[in-house]
Amino acid sequence: MWSNFVDNLSSFASSGSNWVFFVFALMAISGAIFMISYTKVVHMVVSLALTFISLAGLYILLEAEFVAIVQVLIYAGAISILMIFGIMLTKHRAEEVESQRPLHNILLIIGSVALLGVLFYAIQTANFPAAAPFDAGVDNTAEIGKLLFNAHVIPFELMSVLLTVALIGAIVIAKREEE
Amino acid sequence: MGGVVAPYLMLGAILFCIGIYGALSKKNAVIVLLSIELMLNAVNLNLVAFSKLGVHPSITGQVFSLFNIAVAAAEVSVGIAILIALFRNSGKTEVQEMDSMKH
Repeated sequence: MWSNFVDNLSSFASSGSNWVFFVFALMAISGAIFMISYTKVVHMVVSLALTFISLAGLYILLEAEFVAIVQVLIYAGAISILMIFGIMLTKHRAEEVESQRPLHNILLIIGSVALLGVLFYAIQTANFPAAAPFDAGVDNTAEIGKLLFNAHVIPFELMSVLLTVALIGAIVIAKREEE
Repeated sequence: MGGVVAPYLMLGAILFCIGIYGALSKKNAVIVLLSIELMLNAVNLNLVAFSKLGVHPSITGQVFSLFNIAVAAAEVSVGIAILIALFRNSGKTEVQEMDSMKH
């Protein structure tokens, strides 16, 4: 398993797109780690926005341009701004204090590292057959649109109903009640 | 040979584990929601990676990740609305204090 990993690593360093992957992956992981380690809540949101943007870069590397644009619009744009609004409308000077439950935290670290270990073992030992070449089509967005309105039209319409219901529900919940 | 898709899966696994740690250890409810978004993003990365590098590459994976993003947006809007309503009624933003329905 380990030699397999080293083999992967050496073949990984030989190609240019792999270096792009490496830079974006490093940015994504460091954004997530900063999110964990910062104490001010606003800083956490901004560092996670870095993760979202670098994931959009990875989607472009995977020839999924439309998903990358949607990622920037929805995650780095809408969700980050919504989170910042959420912070500003509640305790906007909030700081994450040190936990009073050290046992809880230690068990949590052990648990998530163990989960990572299991996933690492599974990924490194799994045998993925060689992929057929990917045909993204000339226009990625047009292909996605054709698929959305032919094969996946019912989930697409359900999704529009879900979004309407969720947003109206959000307005009703957050509305100030008259006394 | 898994050398092509495995790095993406590993990155997804790392982000998912960081997200699960943040969701269970942080106290501020906004950060808990944000960690859940991070976990959803890790799943999206896997979907898009398999849509290009899987055994049967097809664009369906990207469509599924778009649905996933839409559901995440709906979830976070409702979550933030609940947080604002709760803060207005009781002044709480920390998940440990949200126990008024505890038996």
